[in-house]
Amino acid sequence: MSLLEVRGLSKRFGGVQAVADLSFTVDEGDVVALIGPNGAGKTTAFACVAGFLAPDAGEVRFRGRALRGLAPHAVNALGIARTFQIMRPFPRLSVVRNVMIATLGRHPDPREAEARARAVLDEVGLAARAAVPAGALTLAERKRLELARALGTEPALLLLDEVMSGLTETETERIVGLVGAINRRGIAILLIEHVMRAVMSLARRIVVLDHGERIAEGTPAEVAGDPRVIEAYLGEEHAGAAAP
Amino acid sequence: MTWLALGGLAVLAVLPAVLGPYALSVFINILFYAYLGQAWNIVGGYAGQLSVGHAAFVGIGGYTAAVLAAETGLTPWVGMLAGGALAAVLGGVIGYLGFRFGLRGFYFVLLTVAFAEVCRIVASNWERVGGAVGLYITFTGDPRQMQFQDDRAWYYIALALTALATAIVWGMERRRFGIYLTAIREDETACEALGVPTFRHKLGAMVLSSFLTGLAGTFYAYRYSSLQPGAVFGIPLSVEIVIRPIVGGAGTLLGPIVGSFILTPLAELSRAWFGQGGWHGAHLIVYGVLLVAVVLFLPQGAVPVLGRLVRRAAP
Ligand SMILES: Nc1ncnc2c1ncn2[C@@H]1O[C@H](COP(=O)(O)OP(=O)(O)O)[C@@H](O)[C@H]1O
Ligand SMILES: [Mg+2]
Repeated sequence: MSLLEVRGLSKRFGGVQAVADLSFTVDEGDVVALIGPNGAGKTTAFACVAGFLAPDAGEVRFRGRALRGLAPHAVNALGIARTFQIMRPFPRLSVVRNVMIATLGRHPDPREAEARARAVLDEVGLAARAAVPAGALTLAERKRLELARALGTEPALLLLDEVMSGLTETETERIVGLVGAINRRGIAILLIEHVMRAVMSLARRIVVLDHGERIAEGTPAEVAGDPRVIEAYLGEEHAGAAAP
Repeated sequence: MTWLALGGLAVLAVLPAVLGPYALSVFINILFYAYLGQAWNIVGGYAGQLSVGHAAFVGIGGYTAAVLAAETGLTPWVGMLAGGALAAVLGGVIGYLGFRFGLRGFYFVLLTVAFAEVCRIVASNWERVGGAVGLYITFTGDPRQMQFQDDRAWYYIALALTALATAIVWGMERRRFGIYLTAIREDETACEALGVPTFRHKLGAMVLSSFLTGLAGTFYAYRYSSLQPGAVFGIPLSVEIVIRPIVGGAGTLLGPIVGSFILTPLAELSRAWFGQGGWHGAHLIVYGVLLVAVVLFLPQGAVPVLGRLVRRAAP
């Protein structure tokens, strides 16, 4: 049985079919990447899995259990944690408090939750910033805080939405190393990412979306050689070439 | 910090010995509104759900105790708890409606204001509870009926209530419940993603806050020996409740108390000065000016600024 099973997922916003009949699975301990041009429906698919959006059709199962109708916090309690592409720190709370909000779910005693939060901050390399208000962090630090908070909920499956975009090369490499280490602890990862080098080095399987539909799926090598994938990306690059 | 709190409490405990009758009544008001502000602070400050209808809970609490006393002879000491319980139930209903349908910001403000107005209109038209005239409580001076020959009793009750509410909030800040509220105030969506059941916690904050506010209703009814629908359910009282914690620092432990020490004497002074010239309601202008000043210059309220000053003075 797969850890996560998405079957026939569809979501429409007005005239836009954001996700269309999407199916894929993530196995226990797996790393799967969800890629595709901007607007392909990746973030929408995440939101449907994590309980933030109700899909129009289709089904999401986690460890065999249907997630339909569950509030996001209940999905999280089952072991799915997501990050937000547009990061959502609690700006006036300290960095360690931010992570405590995540760890308190499984450790109701605040002292225990704080100890757990500090351990997670150590892991992502933010320990030195623990006392700072989250609003004062740099972009790279905020990405790591987003990751730390998701980790703090002790998930079995981590949904990472572009945690590397906008980072320098060194910062990206550090996050790639961090995500690899998290995966080696047994946490399955579903990754939305534009940074292709990161995708190629981390993912065991890649699902390619375009206009809400799955257009390819396979190992990194298979997907990289797929003509439909090249076309979808070339199309975007041509469009992108006009902009600075 | 603990010593400062105990010291402050000790000073407040001996204060009535040196106060004249007028100063005593001002201090009773300071403590009473500090208590109301602290009760509101739980849902309005910590959880960030701006209720501007909290007067409704004062009215419900007061009417419940007074009607129970008149019709069944129940002592207001017990009626006070019944009033708090009924306020908690209605606070729960309003919270349920508001939070279930995701009313935020301005819409939640409107819901709470409308609720208080409905209560006022119901009380004004319900002859059994005195209608528009309201209820009057015959003065017996019997402490078992929460009536006192000496106003200092009211001072100590108000002090005890304020200490109780502040202790509750202090404990809340150190528990998961209170820590969650501070995050809910910042970003509910992020909270949900991190496993925080936001609906349940907002509802819990609303119920606790309306219960404590309901207790104040009995204090009000018996201190003034009367209840008028316009006074206890009206928007002006809701504004009195909200403005002190906002000026002092919403979502801080001492905000409502500091806010009340600033605003209550100011309101008294402006009433005394302008009231003689027939300028009733001039204190509202003072509130308005202060509120604008706070929003512009101290958006977090006075407490964080005072904290910084104290730390600088005593390094
Ligand atoms: N809340 C929303 N309301 C309306 N349209 C939306 C909403 N969220 C996403 N969309 C649209 O759905 C499509 C997919 O968006 P999204 O899932 O964010 O894509 P991606 O993450 O792959 O860039 C886009 O056309 C986007 O404009
Ligand atoms: Mg996206």
